[in-house]
Amino acid sequence: MGDSTHMPAGRRRTTMTGAEATAEAMRQIHPDVVAAYPITPQTDIVMRFARFVSDGVVQTEFVPVESEHSAISAVLGASAAGARAMTATSGPGFALMHEILYVVAGYRLPVVMPVANRALSGPINIHGDHSDTMGSRDAGWIQIFSENAQEAYDNLIQAVRIAEHPSVRLPVMVTQDGFIITHGMEIVETLADEEVRQFVGTYEPERSLLDVDHPMTVGALALQNSYFELKRQLAEAMAASRRIIADVGEAFGRLSGRYYGLTESYRMEDAELAILALGSTAGTAKVVVDELRARGQKVGLVKVRVFRPFPAAHLRDLLRHVRALAVLDRSDGYAGMGGPVFAEVKAALYGLPQGPVITNYVYGLGGRDITPEMIESVYADLGELARRASKEPERVVAEAALTPHYLGVREPDGALISALGALQLNGER
Amino acid sequence: MSVVKKTMPAEKEASVTLPWTRMAEGGLVPRGGTAASVRTGAWRTGQMPVLDLEACIHCLRCWIWCPDSAVLLDGEKVSGIDYDHCKGCGICAQVCPPKVHAIQMVAEEVEG
Repeated sequence: MGDSTHMPAGRRRTTMTGAEATAEAMRQIHPDVVAAYPITPQTDIVMRFARFVSDGVVQTEFVPVESEHSAISAVLGASAAGARAMTATSGPGFALMHEILYVVAGYRLPVVMPVANRALSGPINIHGDHSDTMGSRDAGWIQIFSENAQEAYDNLIQAVRIAEHPSVRLPVMVTQDGFIITHGMEIVETLADEEVRQFVGTYEPERSLLDVDHPMTVGALALQNSYFELKRQLAEAMAASRRIIADVGEAFGRLSGRYYGLTESYRMEDAELAILALGSTAGTAKVVVDELRARGQKVGLVKVRVFRPFPAAHLRDLLRHVRALAVLDRSDGYAGMGGPVFAEVKAALYGLPQGPVITNYVYGLGGRDITPEMIESVYADLGELARRASKEPERVVAEAALTPHYLGVREPDGALISALGALQLNGER
Repeated sequence: MSVVKKTMPAEKEASVTLPWTRMAEGGLVPRGGTAASVRTGAWRTGQMPVLDLEACIHCLRCWIWCPDSAVLLDGEKVSGIDYDHCKGCGICAQVCPPKVHAIQMVAEEVEG
């Protein structure tokens, strides 16, 4: 690819993979420093961006490092020095960053990082699930999940403005499902270079380690007398970021026509049965919702776009009148009680005088496909669950909340799709 | 060698009383030279270096090796030890040439 296709460009509508769209967003953001180490399926993002650097399309300082621990450390240093700094990673590489993720957030550095979600071994697996980023969900980073390549592009541009907002100043990771989005080709509408440049603005750090006239210490010791207060500050910034994320999503909508909030509700107005999902699965579920709605079923979908900070209040409003809810987790908590999203949704809905009976499906580990048929079977299960819950609420609610189901795993009785097995597929597909 | 007594200076930490709303974001220390004001010599337990300037040949090995920059210089000559920042690790005594033997680690008592 020559640079002729990347001269200052206007809006384009073209086919791209998620990785390509992400690299394109990075080119338009034009960060001062990028440090990265390649790991599948993130490699394609950084490989493309490195080519922009070597072709002179961007003037970014590119730091090839020897591990992801070093990549995030270099970015931490660059950000403390006042640079707009980015890296990208995936799966085991993300896990290797775990220690420094806390440091970046603790120093309140507005680093932005695309993550290609990938399973954490073993056995060895390079495909997409959410076990990597879920493992660092409490590191103090804002986490935004993308449904497709378009959102991976849109979210990354918004992430810069969210991270650098004076009342946030937190690192932001923007995830996309490994291979499913990173390597899947879709139509993506990109903004003009100038529009992105104006939207993210010029980064003017409040302070810089390179400013020798105003010396300072970053990373001082903070023991029993101050550490707790600093972590409380971090928690408050995270809570406050909800409003900023919504504002930035609104501003991005005015620019692009594509509006974003903490959550997205799809045909939830009068929904009795709902699925809650993150990432690319939300797109698959929308197809099923449309089909079931066409058959007169009151079903809906809630997509959690922002997983950190967790949109608890939004979910309480959205799900208050739902009869049965299935939370889809693309990672397992191995606690015998389902995945991490399930636990958080239950906590968010705690104490509602009337709320849904909630159950959990762990699915798609290691890149296992989730099909429209599987999602349809979940809605069928939910219908049965709602009927049973209306008869014996306490027993059914407890059973549903304590028993995770495994969707799409080979069971000994040959059942592949519906874990509850309450209803069979109607065979119309 | 007599036992030297010292009093431990309290570490100056104004931030210790600040509520979370008023602390510098991210634990940043927004001024320079703060390492000098934190008396890490208060961490010293048991042993302290004592310098014999009569024996010292000013080779500066102790100055090079001290991890806390606690060996004081006057021009190019060793002039003393900054006990406010010496943690008593003993590296200076180890690297002092054996024939010179100008630094000895001695027992130290803490008052109060």
